[in-house]
Amino acid sequence: MTNSTHKIIVEDLDFYYDDFQALEKVSLKAPANQVTALIGPSGCGKSTFLRTLNRMNDLIEGTQVEGKVLIDNEDIYQDDLDVVSLRKRVGMVFQDPNPFPKSIYDNVAYGPKAHGIKDKDKLDDIVEKSLKRAALWDEVHDRLDKSAIGISGGQQQRLCIARALAVNPDVILMDEPTSALDPVATAKIEELVEELKENYTIIIVTHSMQQAARISDYTAFFLTGEIVEAGPTEKIFERPEDQRTEDYITGRFG
Amino acid sequence: MVRKNFDQELEKLNQELLKMGSMVEEAIHKAVTSLAESDVELAKEVKENDDAIDDFEVDIEKKCIRLIALQQPVAKDLRTIGMISKIITDLERMGDYAYNIARITTEIANEPLIKPLVDIPRMTKITQEMVRECLDAFVNLDIEKAKEVAAMDEEVDRINDQILRELLTYMMEDASTITQATRLMFAGRYLERIADHATNICERIVYMVTGERVSL
Repeated sequence: MTNSTHKIIVEDLDFYYDDFQALEKVSLKAPANQVTALIGPSGCGKSTFLRTLNRMNDLIEGTQVEGKVLIDNEDIYQDDLDVVSLRKRVGMVFQDPNPFPKSIYDNVAYGPKAHGIKDKDKLDDIVEKSLKRAALWDEVHDRLDKSAIGISGGQQQRLCIARALAVNPDVILMDEPTSALDPVATAKIEELVEELKENYTIIIVTHSMQQAARISDYTAFFLTGEIVEAGPTEKIFERPEDQRTEDYITGRFG
Repeated sequence: MVRKNFDQELEKLNQELLKMGSMVEEAIHKAVTSLAESDVELAKEVKENDDAIDDFEVDIEKKCIRLIALQQPVAKDLRTIGMISKIITDLERMGDYAYNIARITTEIANEPLIKPLVDIPRMTKITQEMVRECLDAFVNLDIEKAKEVAAMDEEVDRINDQILRELLTYMMEDASTITQATRLMFAGRYLERIADHATNICERIVYMVTGERVSL
């Protein structure tokens, strides 16, 4: 594959929390308009890695990054990079649904407003489109002014996805987005991920191996800060090359 | 350890598959012996055993499906279960062929053999060995052995061709042998098919162990 089909290219990434090295020589290529799943045991660096992709780790003191992270062939750690616009391009959805204690409408409109959009019609349009893309519109369109805290956990998570979509990103990072949800809500999110990849490149951290197998095109297995093996999902789950991958995905780990 | 139960279930499946395999091997042996010795009683036993073999196949298949449903196996576990459910189909088909041979016995047992059987028992010996050894390769995850067993198929094919040529000569010399000779040709053909299924099993073993598809 040529570079142009890879939305994200990470080369030899080292990451430190003070003296602790959390990532070591991590290299990964994430294809555009595909879902890449990051799997591995707790504390192996998946979430740290995810956060390096929109420089969320910058917010933590004492962290240090070496190596390259290219998005659309542009190094996102170069000195003059505008981090705010990077995070607009690379949206994020977290483990626990974390809507703002505001109305459903304001949750979605928050980002566009912060980026300077004031026109009411325009905002209405963005809110509607985002909620539709997040497959939530039909359930909430008649109560957009109600508090986001009052809707179900699954709806809240889709609202958070709508909020991420509202600023028109092209990459969406998801950190265990269904771990707090019941199976029905999980299935909805999984279906949504499948639909979203048509327009977005998605990187998802998940502890559910079955979820990775169901929804991702590529899978990377992390272990103690390194990528042990990465490749097409069907290959990882049918015939992994590394014994450690085999042990982990078959549940014989440790 | 979470997977202990699963590993035990898998081991049980292996054992049952081996049991089924040895029943098939016995069926082949009995079928050809019944043919060579015009032993109708022995042929009947093959028929009865075949029902047991069929039951075994259904039972193992059920267990494979259940393990997939409950344990969601992946990687080598998945390949193993997938291949077990394919291998039992191979074995079941071998059993059917043995039964077909036994039926030939019942059809021709009331007339003397046009010739003493030499090549068919020889072919049977190799075929039986292939069945036994491929199952051995299966338990031991022995790819090299699987390849050796698959290579034995050539000799089986060669003997089968020889049987065809010989029986054709008989039929050309004396038309009254045609009925029996065509049946014996079928017996050779069934053995040849059994050996092919053993070769299939060898290929499945290689895939099960390595994840690579091969044609042996």
